[in-house]
Amino acid sequence: MRFDVLVETRPRPGIADPEGATIERSLPALGFGGIEGVTVGKAFRFTVDAPDEPAARSRVRDVCDRFLTNPVIEDADISVSEAS
Amino acid sequence: MPTRVGVVLFPGSNCEQDAIEAVEGLGGEARVLWHADASIGDADAVVVPGGFAHGDYLRPGAIARFSPVMDAVADFARDGGPVVGICNGFQVLTECGLLPGALQKNAGLKFVCTQVDLEVTSTRSVLTRGAAVGQKLRIPINHFEGNYTCDQRTADQLRDEDRIVVRYVDNPNGSVDGIAGISNSDGNVVGLMPHPERACHPLLGSEDGKVLIGSLLAG
Repeated sequence: MRFDVLVETRPRPGIADPEGATIERSLPALGFGGIEGVTVGKAFRFTVDAPDEPAARSRVRDVCDRFLTNPVIEDADISVSEAS
Repeated sequence: MPTRVGVVLFPGSNCEQDAIEAVEGLGGEARVLWHADASIGDADAVVVPGGFAHGDYLRPGAIARFSPVMDAVADFARDGGPVVGICNGFQVLTECGLLPGALQKNAGLKFVCTQVDLEVTSTRSVLTRGAAVGQKLRIPINHFEGNYTCDQRTADQLRDEDRIVVRYVDNPNGSVDGIAGISNSDGNVVGLMPHPERACHPLLGSEDGKVLIGSLLAG
């Protein structure tokens, strides 16, 4: 089976996110009030072949841990759905 | 016999000639190690130089760690061989797990390119064994992702095990504990963000890098 995958990474709690902080500081100047907690990360979209969804998820988790993220500074959210 | 220093060349490295020049200026023998070769040949020491290995895509060092030469470098390091990662090379060594922690974007989101004052804080590494604790060195830095970070336990361990090799006198990038360079527990693997190889000639404004590169050659 083929699955669509979305991996979103962001800085771990406690890791400085100067990019997010700079964007957040700029918002009021542009008239956007009330926005807090801006974090900047990356999104990866791809497809993966696997026998079932848990297997696909486990494979993607492995890819994340070993390559797509640096676990010292980044967290990842993984979404997996059957390819349309 | 001169010390043979292998300088790793990735696509995107840009400080390998500086490293070669510095090594040869101090009487060593330098050779390029192409990243796709699975061997470091007869090198007595390895330098992973600065630059943008593999374009720094994904994260600095993230793809370089999968270059075949890095397996050979890791084996060499595990056998006690001297390995020094400078700037991007430091990022590569953290990504491949030879050194703990990670280099994140500079606090303030600014690329910093300037001369800084460093203080030697340990002499039990291959890069500082010829220096003195407390010695001040004027060395250039040139990076965007040089903000050393690690969890508290690792920071405590680095301090307790005397593995913080050089500190910034004025922290330019937000690094934990002002860390500019660290070593592994045996002291044979060192990573640092500043560029000692660019401070080995009077024309470059400082010769303070000589004591560091000279230490590497003295092995």
